Amino acid sequence: MLRHRDTLRHVYGWLLLTPAAILLVAFTHYPTVRTVIDSLFSKGSAIRPSRFIGMDNYRALLDDPVFWKVLVNNAWFALGTIPTSIILAIVMALLVNRAIPGRSLVRMAYFTPTILPMIAVANIWLFFYSPDIGLIDQITALFGVSSHNWLGDPSTVLPAIIVMTVWKEAGFFMIFYLAALQNIAPELREAASLEGASRWYYFRRVLFPLLMPTTLFVLINAVLNSFKLVDHLFVLTKGGPDNASNLLLYYIFESAFSYFDATYAATLTVILLLLLALMALVQFFLLDKRIHYR
Amino acid sequence: MNATKTRRLPSVADALETTGAWLLAIVWVSPLLYAFWAAFHGSEHAIRFDLTAPLTLDNFRAALSQAPFLRYGLNTFALVTMLLVAQFVICTLAAYAFARYSFAGSRLAFALVLVQLMITPEILIVENYATLASLGLVDTLTGIGLPYMASAFGIFLLRQTFKSTPKELEEAARLEGCGMFGVLMRVYVPLARPTYLAYGLVSISHHWNNFLWPLVITNSVEVRPLTVGLGIFGAPESGVDWSIVSAATLLSVAPLLIAFLLFQRQFVQSFMHAGIK
Repeated sequence: MLRHRDTLRHVYGWLLLTPAAILLVAFTHYPTVRTVIDSLFSKGSAIRPSRFIGMDNYRALLDDPVFWKVLVNNAWFALGTIPTSIILAIVMALLVNRAIPGRSLVRMAYFTPTILPMIAVANIWLFFYSPDIGLIDQITALFGVSSHNWLGDPSTVLPAIIVMTVWKEAGFFMIFYLAALQNIAPELREAASLEGASRWYYFRRVLFPLLMPTTLFVLINAVLNSFKLVDHLFVLTKGGPDNASNLLLYYIFESAFSYFDATYAATLTVILLLLLALMALVQFFLLDKRIHYR
Repeated sequence: MNATKTRRLPSVADALETTGAWLLAIVWVSPLLYAFWAAFHGSEHAIRFDLTAPLTLDNFRAALSQAPFLRYGLNTFALVTMLLVAQFVICTLAAYAFARYSFAGSRLAFALVLVQLMITPEILIVENYATLASLGLVDTLTGIGLPYMASAFGIFLLRQTFKSTPKELEEAARLEGCGMFGVLMRVYVPLARPTYLAYGLVSISHHWNNFLWPLVITNSVEVRPLTVGLGIFGAPESGVDWSIVSAATLLSVAPLLIAFLLFQRQFVQSFMHAGIK
């Protein structure tokens, strides 16, 4: 009787999991494995079918200047957006964590960009950055500065996109800090002021260390986002000028759906998957450390 | 007495901080306010901030006549609804299995589920496109939704919630004759309502705004969601008027934005709730 119930437990468990398992295997695990296999084959055509070529795609990748370009761009994009967004998010959270007049309005102002689609954000910011007629150029013209094509100049296009992304993301990260701040005992603050600690000292030695787990969580999310967020490129730059704003996932899209080279796109995807796997490992070890702290 | 008095005195630092908070808030909403300005004024006033400039709805009319935004909106609405229902059902069943049935291989299976937190479907656009093409689901709403229906995030959130449900409640329900599904529907699901609300709001905003995968898998007006329609409409090479693009942008974000403004508390708390778990 007991054995029977035990068997049933396994059967029920797997039955309940089946719908999710089928979908996850079909759209996550199978395509992941398939990507690796496809990256070892040549691009097929009508007259020449795709054939096994081993590591040739990877050799082509290493010789592809665009690949290195998008990788470096991705690194700059991450470096440009993440620290700034995190600092702003902490500042915002501290500002609205106190009783100030109109607190919920202020909090809403910070959070609103988060619920806008990246495409809409890009549409709005496109006009700021347009040469001559754009808002930035209109304002700088008042001060006699000549017009500048922010998105058309390889040296300003990435910073322009970074500023926009920080605007979009800071409010999102703010709410995680707000949640964390609400869990910090107010007695700490009182104790610190009794000891005569300055506010900066209190932040640096008490608050910031206590917010560390949140910062790690936000950091990992931000890094992941920096690889997944490419929607704005479709509206703003299409990766241009001369790939100056191109990012890895956008290059994958281009390779597959503009150049119709699915196997090279698969090779690029493998690199992206490796980067994500690396991040998973970092997360695993960092979060492991966090448990020791507690 | 003395101590409370000094604390209550509004210091210069406090006033500065409040001003700073407000200034930052104004900077933060100004791009959006600007889009409103442009959308409700003729293009000749788009960059001239004359408060007496006449308001107009012409830009909205033009946007609606140049692209089928109502149809796009309907598509998005249908997509988001379908996904939400499917995610609730599929994730609930899987989360219940992980939380209360320690079946053989459940730990490994759970680890494999969590892989999707890292490798989200949009990373695998190339292979997923091929899969959906072989299923004949390219350019269908089901095609857009299918890769997202089993959500690792949803399974994880619900599993955490189900695990914290007291076992005594389940035993009581069993004594009253509830079977496996009875216990799930009468005990676990009702007690997880805050989690469903949180996950639902996060899912709705995510899929309302999702762009890359829908762009890849759709190619007709009948299935294209708002974001893809807007992306095509706003592309610089289509050469449309700036004020009209602003109007179209506002039309696309309006439903979610209004919902957010009305239920601000729930939205913010849901995102917090979903992030902390």
